[in-house]
Amino acid sequence: MKIIILGAGQVGGSVAQNLASEANDITVVDGNYRILQELQDRLDLRTVVGNATYPAVLMEAGADDADMIIAVTSSDEANMVACQVADTLFHTPTKIARVRAVEYLSYPQLFSAESLPIDVLISPEQLVTQYIKRLIEHPGALQVLDFAGGKVRLVGVRAYFGGPLVGHELRTLRDHMPGIHARVAAIFRRGKPIIPEGDTLIEAGDEVFFIAARKNIRAVMSELRRLDKPVKRIMLAGGGNIGKRLAQALETKYQVKIIEHNTARARQVSEELNKTIVLLGDAADEELLLEENIENTDVFCGLTNDDEANILSAMLAKRLGARMVMSLINRPAYVDLVQGSEDIDIAVSPQQATIGSLLAHIRRGDVVNVHSLRRGAAEAIEAIAHGDSASSKVVGRAVQDVPLPPGTTIGAIVRGDDVLMAHHDTVVEAEDHVILFLVDKRRIGDVERLFQVGVTFL
Amino acid sequence: MRFEPVQRILGVLLMVFSTTMLPPLLISLSIGDGTEEPFIIAFAIIFGSGALLWFPVRRIHRELRTRDGFLITAMFWVVLGLSGALPFMLARNPHMPFVDAVFESISGLTTTGATVLTGIDSLPKSILYYRQQLHFFGGMGIIVLAVAILPMLGVGGMQLYRAETPGPIKDKLTPRITETAKALWYIYLGLNVACALAYWGAGMSLFDAIGSAFATLSTGGFSVHDASFGYYHSPLINMIGVVFMVLAGTNFALHFMVWRGRSLRPYLKDPEFRFYIGVLVAAAGLTTAVLIVTNFYAGATDALDQAIFQVVSFATNTGLTTTNYYAWPRFLPVLLFFLSIMGGCAGSTAGGIKMIRILLLGKQGWREGLKLIHPQAQIPVKLGRKPVGDTVMDAVWGFFAAYVATFVIIMMLVMATGVDQVTAFSTVASCMDGLGPGLGDAAINYGHLPTLAKWFLSLAMLMGRLEIFTFLVLFSPTFWRR
Repeated sequence: MKIIILGAGQVGGSVAQNLASEANDITVVDGNYRILQELQDRLDLRTVVGNATYPAVLMEAGADDADMIIAVTSSDEANMVACQVADTLFHTPTKIARVRAVEYLSYPQLFSAESLPIDVLISPEQLVTQYIKRLIEHPGALQVLDFAGGKVRLVGVRAYFGGPLVGHELRTLRDHMPGIHARVAAIFRRGKPIIPEGDTLIEAGDEVFFIAARKNIRAVMSELRRLDKPVKRIMLAGGGNIGKRLAQALETKYQVKIIEHNTARARQVSEELNKTIVLLGDAADEELLLEENIENTDVFCGLTNDDEANILSAMLAKRLGARMVMSLINRPAYVDLVQGSEDIDIAVSPQQATIGSLLAHIRRGDVVNVHSLRRGAAEAIEAIAHGDSASSKVVGRAVQDVPLPPGTTIGAIVRGDDVLMAHHDTVVEAEDHVILFLVDKRRIGDVERLFQVGVTFL
Repeated sequence: MRFEPVQRILGVLLMVFSTTMLPPLLISLSIGDGTEEPFIIAFAIIFGSGALLWFPVRRIHRELRTRDGFLITAMFWVVLGLSGALPFMLARNPHMPFVDAVFESISGLTTTGATVLTGIDSLPKSILYYRQQLHFFGGMGIIVLAVAILPMLGVGGMQLYRAETPGPIKDKLTPRITETAKALWYIYLGLNVACALAYWGAGMSLFDAIGSAFATLSTGGFSVHDASFGYYHSPLINMIGVVFMVLAGTNFALHFMVWRGRSLRPYLKDPEFRFYIGVLVAAAGLTTAVLIVTNFYAGATDALDQAIFQVVSFATNTGLTTTNYYAWPRFLPVLLFFLSIMGGCAGSTAGGIKMIRILLLGKQGWREGLKLIHPQAQIPVKLGRKPVGDTVMDAVWGFFAAYVATFVIIMMLVMATGVDQVTAFSTVASCMDGLGPGLGDAAINYGHLPTLAKWFLSLAMLMGRLEIFTFLVLFSPTFWRR
């Protein structure tokens, strides 16, 4: 696929990295020559220096035959104009733009084909906010991902001693919880993937990914670890866009405190929020944390735009007694570093939260949802099966007969409003949403081919 | 610094190169000129040593770093120069000594075209073809070819591509490096075919046409005859040669844009191309005028024909000759050599300093003059309508300094072996720029030069082809520090 990425910032760079590794033709446009040079040294892509909204620059980047344009410059306005230019002059089929300001997002009619022709809006802040919100709703989960409009969720949990299922074979899951359907999609043991079978033993320390209907998630999690008490008190470090939005989303159900060090910003945030307590100060200030009862806090989130500050303040909070600490981390290298440590429970990577919504549009076949897992090495996708048993390799076949590439499991099938856990004899029907888990992203091409309706397939 | 990935790629490249022994072998078999054996042995040795290098480290996969790119490229050209010499040494005719065979092989691969051979017309056809084929592969660069056909290089392909292609600014034509390399080779191949057909149509034999096309498009200069292009005595063939030499000396990125856009506008708009054509026209005009004024040739048309062919041949560093240019009157022989030092366009198969660098240096000099008159003025160096960044200007100055220094040092070394000054100047210039012919003792060929001088000149050819720095960084101690 020919893709033009506008803006080589954090999002642009990581999108480029993700897409370039999948044999796409990538061209990156940015005004900064040095950033581009660095990107070109590292990845197999072309770069163009210039203003991303100018037609001549887009032309030079090959807009006339591009399949997709992804506008992720730091300016909302530039992103919108670039999509407009691409649509009017080059008729680019798919246009994706990052728009952050709620002031635009609250008027969806702005983004129709007649006005601002943007097919997909991505708002990393919004995605990250939702991502953290889901984690707070399910304390103890490492990752919570929505499929089929939230009917099904994929949850990553670390198994601990004390969980009834730990030390037992997977097949006993059904005996433990009669009436509750769940399916373990993959297990990562010391970073290595294991394809779960009925006789796989779950060990303490395993990272278990399971798929279940939304209402059953708590029950399944309780099988894998002693369940954490529901969250009540939350402390957020950093009153930026993400901190403020998160507080807005959480303040009605939880007790939320925000620590912000900038006086003006703290004041502004306090005016916009109703029940949240806004504290002026440094998130890494031990005195302040103790004074604000950090030892009784259920969740502490480091959400400033400084990775190091987030990591250190979260570690401090953990030492001082916070039950669960999370930290927002942009740098991929830090994510790995922190994920393995004991001081920080969850590292949230904005890129990983964002990249999934882009990948869904790049996949061939009718793929509605993609979630990138484990720094992009694994992937969970939701694809719709089309056609009939003659034209599709999926429809009309039982799960065990679908020619899945190695390392791939079908986790669940959503048919209309019903959620079916995939058993080996479940038959896939047309228009089913199939949720698959790939432990190795390199197999993605094979999976895409499965879901393409073949003309020549007999 | 880790050597395993370097060793692995070097091994693979050698195995790829070994297959280039097969076409001359086929020719030898089909016409039965009795030189199959050298090619078979050379193939076996090169393939075997490549496999030996590759086999122990075949499972090591690591992305190449920038410095690995330099090391691989420089090492590969050295190894290639040595292994390409095998058929020349093994064959009963010419059966060259080691130094001569290496010189001939490096001269072929770097598209210099300097030869130590005499009696070229009496060589076996397969050896003749092999010499021309060295030009063909060296012209666009055998590493660029490898990047095009070996998907395993991945991002590392860019590091190699950068180390081999000439010019101060290295743009990719397409998002993926393999596609860029493929595009370049397709264009190069297409031009070769067109040129060979044109020569054939103009009266050459098919064998001569193909061999001469290889020498023309790679701006090499080896000929299948002792008298070079003078052998044909045909103004038509000369003109065909001029057209294709000019094309070969043009940036291939421009050819690509013209081909993709189906329009000649990129040629007309490109400042380097315009400068290049301007220099060629001016030099050819001047040369013709001097030749006519001094009555060197009997008629004006003859003078025009010879002047255009020689100027283009020298300026693009091809080095094909039609006449005894070294006997031309006044400053003309030296003018030809200065033209060859300027070289063709960046991103072409030509050598030398490159037109774009000369243009930028000129503009920079002009700017310094203006700054003396208007001390407060802000005067950016512009190319076309776009300002040129300081990093590019620094790189151009750095290259120029390194070029001059290398030139001076090698010239002194050559003179130290007992060669006179005119010969030393002309041969060093000729070898560093990939030109071929010399003046003085080397006007006909390089056979009489001392052995040590031939080694120094071989080094000059490699350094010139890889634009000095790819080679020079290897001599710096920091390069080898871990």
